[in-house]
Amino acid sequence: MKITRREFFKLTGLAALAAAVVGCDWDKDPVISYPLVDAKEVTTICPYCSCGCGAICYVVNGKLVSVSGDPDHPINEGALCSKGASLLNLNTVYNLRTHSPETNPNRLTKVLYRAPYSKVWEKKNWRWAMDRIARRVKETRDATFESQEKGVIVNRTLAIAHLGSAALDNEENYLLAKLMRSLGIVNLDHHARL
Amino acid sequence: MTNHWIDYQHSDVIMAIGVNTAENHPMSMRWIDRARERGAKLISIDPRLTRTAAVADLWLPLRPGTDIALLGGLINYTIEKELYQREYIVNYTNAAYILDSGYFFADGIFSGYAEGSYNRDTWSYELDTEGNPRKDPSLQHPRCVFQVLKDHYARYDAETVCKIVGCSREDFELVASTYCATGAPDKAGNILYAMGITQSTHGSQNVRATAVLQLLLGNIGIPGGGVNAQRGEANVQGSTDMAMLYHILPGYLNMPQGMDHPTLADYNAKETPASSYWSNKPKFLISMLKAWWGEKATPENDFCYQWLPKLDGKNHSHIAIFEAMARGEIQGMFVWGQNPAVGGPQAELERKALENLDWMVAVDLFETETASFWRRPKADPASIKTEVFLLPAAASYEKDGSVSNSGRWIQWRHKAIEPPGEAKSDLWIADQLYKALRYHYSLGGVFPDPILGLNWDYGQGEEEPDIEKVALEINGYEIENHKPLENFTKLAADGSTACGCWIYSGYYNDLEDPPAKRRIREQKGIGTHADWAFAWPLNRRILYNRCSSDPSGKPWNPKVPLVFWEGGEWRMNDVPDFAWKDNPPENTAQSPFIMLPELQARLFSPGMADGPLPEHYEPAESPVHNVLSSQQNNPVITWWQGLGKLATREDFPYIGTTYRVSEHWQSGIMTRNSPWLAEMAPEMFVEISVQLAEKLGISNGSQVFVSTPRGEIKAVAYVTRRLKPMQVDGKLVEIVGMPWHWGYRGLFPGDSANVLTPHVGDPNTTIPEYKAFLCNIRRA
Repeated sequence: MKITRREFFKLTGLAALAAAVVGCDWDKDPVISYPLVDAKEVTTICPYCSCGCGAICYVVNGKLVSVSGDPDHPINEGALCSKGASLLNLNTVYNLRTHSPETNPNRLTKVLYRAPYSKVWEKKNWRWAMDRIARRVKETRDATFESQEKGVIVNRTLAIAHLGSAALDNEENYLLAKLMRSLGIVNLDHHARL
Repeated sequence: MTNHWIDYQHSDVIMAIGVNTAENHPMSMRWIDRARERGAKLISIDPRLTRTAAVADLWLPLRPGTDIALLGGLINYTIEKELYQREYIVNYTNAAYILDSGYFFADGIFSGYAEGSYNRDTWSYELDTEGNPRKDPSLQHPRCVFQVLKDHYARYDAETVCKIVGCSREDFELVASTYCATGAPDKAGNILYAMGITQSTHGSQNVRATAVLQLLLGNIGIPGGGVNAQRGEANVQGSTDMAMLYHILPGYLNMPQGMDHPTLADYNAKETPASSYWSNKPKFLISMLKAWWGEKATPENDFCYQWLPKLDGKNHSHIAIFEAMARGEIQGMFVWGQNPAVGGPQAELERKALENLDWMVAVDLFETETASFWRRPKADPASIKTEVFLLPAAASYEKDGSVSNSGRWIQWRHKAIEPPGEAKSDLWIADQLYKALRYHYSLGGVFPDPILGLNWDYGQGEEEPDIEKVALEINGYEIENHKPLENFTKLAADGSTACGCWIYSGYYNDLEDPPAKRRIREQKGIGTHADWAFAWPLNRRILYNRCSSDPSGKPWNPKVPLVFWEGGEWRMNDVPDFAWKDNPPENTAQSPFIMLPELQARLFSPGMADGPLPEHYEPAESPVHNVLSSQQNNPVITWWQGLGKLATREDFPYIGTTYRVSEHWQSGIMTRNSPWLAEMAPEMFVEISVQLAEKLGISNGSQVFVSTPRGEIKAVAYVTRRLKPMQVDGKLVEIVGMPWHWGYRGLFPGDSANVLTPHVGDPNTTIPEYKAFLCNIRRA
């Protein structure tokens, strides 16, 4: 389904009018080309500032077609700011030539690797990258591990740092806090200190 | 935040200091406006006429870095005009406590100072024969906290304050009379702050000054009141709670120090106070150790306490990490959803330091300046040894998980779509990383026990980890049957409970209906929305809420009662923040701050690195001398080697300051890659006053260079009346303001303001001083 920006506005305008006249009794046929009807609604929280505004993701056939303010959310009551209103762009942008939605071309979609002294990124697969990272971490940790300081057990390495992140979820942060400390890493910091 | 966003509707006066809330937390204005519809006033304290200032009832332009002078002036005004709430401070704070006779303050220095640090022994209370602090509820004793506070801030008279801050006497009087009127028992004053307060070499004391003022006015623990830190990121509250910081473990337990805490018994003895809710600390730590090392953690091995790394007594914060990296002491780095090459202070120093790494693992949605430091402008990749892995992450709505907003509401985000290409959730990446490490350590290695012994079973192979298992572990469960714990009051110190982060206990205590996923709006009430998500701790929406009622339990403001005594029982619109069960008002009237050993709030605090009372010092770089004392800067600042020479007033005559715009977010990596936002705010700019532009022959829209000893940037000049020169101690001072969102990647690259900012920070937190430095500006 391809739809121009103009057609989109025309259709949404008509849809709003229809909704006003007949309430929620949608006529299924004409709205086939209207992206939000029959879309799956999934609630989310805006990832930008800390207001914690609610937003709704509209999903059709597994594709994100729109993100708008959640009218049921008690903090923002349906409203969003400029950043919140652009949430769609994190995943999807409109191609300026074709007017079709497409995955934001700047998103990272493959593991990228830069070898020492190289001038380029190389695409790699996850399994290779995870194995290589684990080897490097182990190499550094094991070469710099301090078991004791002045007779006290300290079990740490000062040669590895971990930065981040306020952009991660609580559950992700928790697992990383646990994992990094199990490795003995104490150089830990993130956005809260900036 | 002590309170939460919706609660702003109950404020009578809102003072936004060091926060541009209309532009950077736009939705806050919804609730500020709700209050204003009832007649509330909004005051904006900011160097610029921001959009917050533009819509405020009062705007006081303040020279960057002089917040303590202003707040000290308001404290003095409150005491001098007797606008403080006497019954509140006598009962709910340490105002009546008599201080140690050795305590003194003279010419900018507190007692106990020697060679760049303080011995805090004299910042303490005089004890009676039974070892309890002596008090004078009449507040007359010359050494009681109230009198010491009064003397300290008597120096902050209106004339002196205006001289330092650079505002007019009229503006000061207007702000003081408007804000300090909230000392009336039924009035609520609300202080909002953000990085304008914290990013300073006295940032922690700036925050303390807001707290002291709020306590004097009886504005803590009440609806519409509070000290409300408006945090900058969707989950910076949660990532702090989860201890993505060197000095704490999840739930604000101090990290073990090698010298102080060699064993669990030492840790518990030194870290557990006799009074306050922290007396339960061993339950929190041992339950965390059980969550981390499961069956391996037994009473016999001190629950694997020795598997935790211990600190070396040194600073390991952001600035310290980059100083160590610049010295070549750090070989590998994970940088996860963060972009220090743009967001860190003295960015060129930090970018250069990255070249010393052997390896870097960066995880993000887009290619950051940090991940691509090796191909930044003027860098020579052929001479940079670092091996870089850039891992593609999922965006917020491409995965499940919870985030904690400024009001401590933990809200669940549901996965709407699959991430693009091979991008993966950070949870999956963490799980795969652990599995790869476990495999390699299973083959041998140095002290593999804490890694191999880690309690880690969230999913098989390469499947997405079961996030509910992680949530349950954070919430806490009974070891015997893995049943979720109702909340942290059920934790034990004997190894029978596991809990990853005690303050979150209760957020996921019902697997069928987890509180963090609840979406029931309040139909009638005061806007606490108790059934919408979960607020830590214990779903409490306003902290210290015993203070919302007088000592006898009567609400100070009967129109918005929060927790109050009526008909022989406590009635509540929130979860009480005190020992309320079977406890009448008289038993709870002097213990409303359950996390402090005094059980009363600290107007005078012994816990700070740089003084028990906030004192004005000039920023590390300032165009003027300190008017209040001969101590120019905070005397316990760490002067890092990487900082190099400070800017001189002769070569760098203008105050530089940094801030954000609505269309961009932090280092800009998400918003500069969003076409809609990048189009709205495409270019790096600097704001200068009309007067400065005329003096330097700079026209609006032309290119300029801004420089400091750290570096130089190019940007578009934005000549504006939003900034005006200020009269500071008889000298005309100009401000050069700039956003810090740009870098060398993204749809519209631009120079980074942080090339200019200094590697110097607050002595308590080491947060960098981004908000006030010296710079120069010239036509390009």
